[in-house]
Amino acid sequence: MSAPILSLNDIRKTYRTSAVEVFALQGVSFTINEGEYVAIMGPSGSGKSTLMHILGCLDVPTSGDYLLAGEDVGTMSEHQLAEVRNRRIGFVFQQFNLLSSLNAVRNVELPLAYAGTAQIKRRERSTEALARVGLADRLDHRPGELSGGQQQRVAIARALVTDPSMILADEPTGNLDSQSTADVLRLFDELHQAGRTIVLITHEAEVAEAAARVIHVRDGVVESDSQPTAARHAEQSSQADSEQSAHRVDEHPVDEWPEWIADDHR
Amino acid sequence: MNFAETVRTSLDAIFTHRMRSLLTMLGILIGIAAVILTVGLGQGAQNQVASQINKLGSNLLVISPGSTSTAGIRGGRGTASTLTSADATALADKSIAPDIAAVAPVSTGSLDLVAGDTNWTTSVVGTTPSWMGVRARSMTSGRFITNTDLNTSAQVLVLGATTAQELFNNADPVGQAVTVNGTSLTVIGVLNSVGTTASGTDEDDTAIVPQTTYQTMLSTSANRTSISSLYIEAESSTSLSAAYQEADQALLTAHHDSIRDADFTITSQESLLQTATATDKTLTVLLGGVAAISLLVGGLGVMNIMLVSVSERVREIGLRKALGATPKAIRKQFLIEASILGLAGGVLGLVLAGIGIAILPSLLGQPVVVVPLAVIGGLIVSLLIGTIAGVYPANRAAHLSPIDALRSE
Repeated sequence: MSAPILSLNDIRKTYRTSAVEVFALQGVSFTINEGEYVAIMGPSGSGKSTLMHILGCLDVPTSGDYLLAGEDVGTMSEHQLAEVRNRRIGFVFQQFNLLSSLNAVRNVELPLAYAGTAQIKRRERSTEALARVGLADRLDHRPGELSGGQQQRVAIARALVTDPSMILADEPTGNLDSQSTADVLRLFDELHQAGRTIVLITHEAEVAEAAARVIHVRDGVVESDSQPTAARHAEQSSQADSEQSAHRVDEHPVDEWPEWIADDHR
Repeated sequence: MNFAETVRTSLDAIFTHRMRSLLTMLGILIGIAAVILTVGLGQGAQNQVASQINKLGSNLLVISPGSTSTAGIRGGRGTASTLTSADATALADKSIAPDIAAVAPVSTGSLDLVAGDTNWTTSVVGTTPSWMGVRARSMTSGRFITNTDLNTSAQVLVLGATTAQELFNNADPVGQAVTVNGTSLTVIGVLNSVGTTASGTDEDDTAIVPQTTYQTMLSTSANRTSISSLYIEAESSTSLSAAYQEADQALLTAHHDSIRDADFTITSQESLLQTATATDKTLTVLLGGVAAISLLVGGLGVMNIMLVSVSERVREIGLRKALGATPKAIRKQFLIEASILGLAGGVLGLVLAGIGIAILPSLLGQPVVVVPLAVIGGLIVSLLIGTIAGVYPANRAAHLSPIDALRSE
């Protein structure tokens, strides 16, 4: 658990509107290792959304280097970025962003469809991913027939199904009540225990507390980083055992992970 | 995402917005139905006219007195008929006109026929035995006039089906006596029924007498040898124009006319057909044009709704892009959606046209023909219109930024 999955080096992003230049990011550098659970916090206007877009390969930086799983993302074309998003990143959004006309399993299949996975394999993996988030009995339900918490769990299943390098969650609990928030955070925690790399973007301190490492962003720069990568390995391993047992969802223990997820970390 | 899945995605989108999709298709639907019905009506009318003109007889030329004007439309007919029995005899001469197979001079007058206490006014035709062959007619009972009848000015008469029905109801008219202009004639036969011509004349409302009988006993004209028209049958359809030239030349010589002041007009079936179908064609082109404009408007409708659809679905597009859809995949999705809308509009248009083809003939009294080319062409055009209308909206969708798309509420 030590190879850097992503590294940002002096990332700057400038928006030009007609007269004004907005310096959204003014030199952001940090590294996230495989298997880390990181929260990026900041007030609105801090540049945290811009940072999320760049991390998610939805936008390219004005300058600076961004390496994601060894690939230089900054120089890629729109087409290549689409492929990187498909293979490397599992998005979870505040608005869930499920397609209302499709049932849960077809929503989860969507990224696999764009990856060109065969139909049978796709259905199999989507069903497994939905079982993983505790929705094995909701495969045929449409988003309108599910609660907010269930919808967000479908979205997490969709983020998991391609076995991405990183799960990038943008205010995933922003639209949820406290019970569903707890469910979703518990799920992230389990995924973290299972070796997933999770980057969670939020402005809520309680949500950020769930992560082992918190990066504060303000005015386009990193204001503080609770545990820079190098310093935190020892501490993480000592804390891990107690946290795991506290947050586990009983019906989905970690060792029930499907094999394809366990083997194939990129 | 492969083609079949993209089609499925597009179908999902179309069925999710059923009402809107239907309204989108409406323009193309109406356009295609209009095209097929217009072409079908036009073709039906043309077929009808053609079959009616062909009823006149095959390889037929009609010579009528009077001069001609342009485009085969006959000018004012002269008061005195300039055609005579001598012209008929001249044209029947093989050494003068080798491509003319038969000539039937016709003298016509509207006369009163009396049978018992029934009377009926009909078109009485004085002609020769060759008339039946030239006009491609046959008998349902009795016999036609013969050369003997002609030579002896026999007091005999052949009735058309309508005339026979009017005079004798359902009784057998053969052997019955009919009085015309005080002359008593014996019915010797009844012609087969051929119905009404394009100009609305009942071809069965007629009575045929030997030409000599007509000229000596029935005609009220001062010049008893003058005739109303000459029917000429060419040897074959290929020698029709040769027969035309020969007849023209022979008559010019006989009448000492120059081409400028010819006192007769030769009409071929083809020119009749052309005149008769010219109006139909104009109408078909006009209505077809309206239908084409309706299709164009239909295409604009598809484009309009697709643009609305793209702006309404920016979130979906943004999400698909975030999940890994390339611009190409998004473009393909919207193009296929527009094509399906176009094609579905075309198919529904065919259904509507089918209903029209079933109902219209009884409503208009006009036949409507299914023209296969219009059906296939209509489907292809509707698919093309949909696809073309989809290009601009699809490109807009493809180039939406995923950030802007996801941000929009």
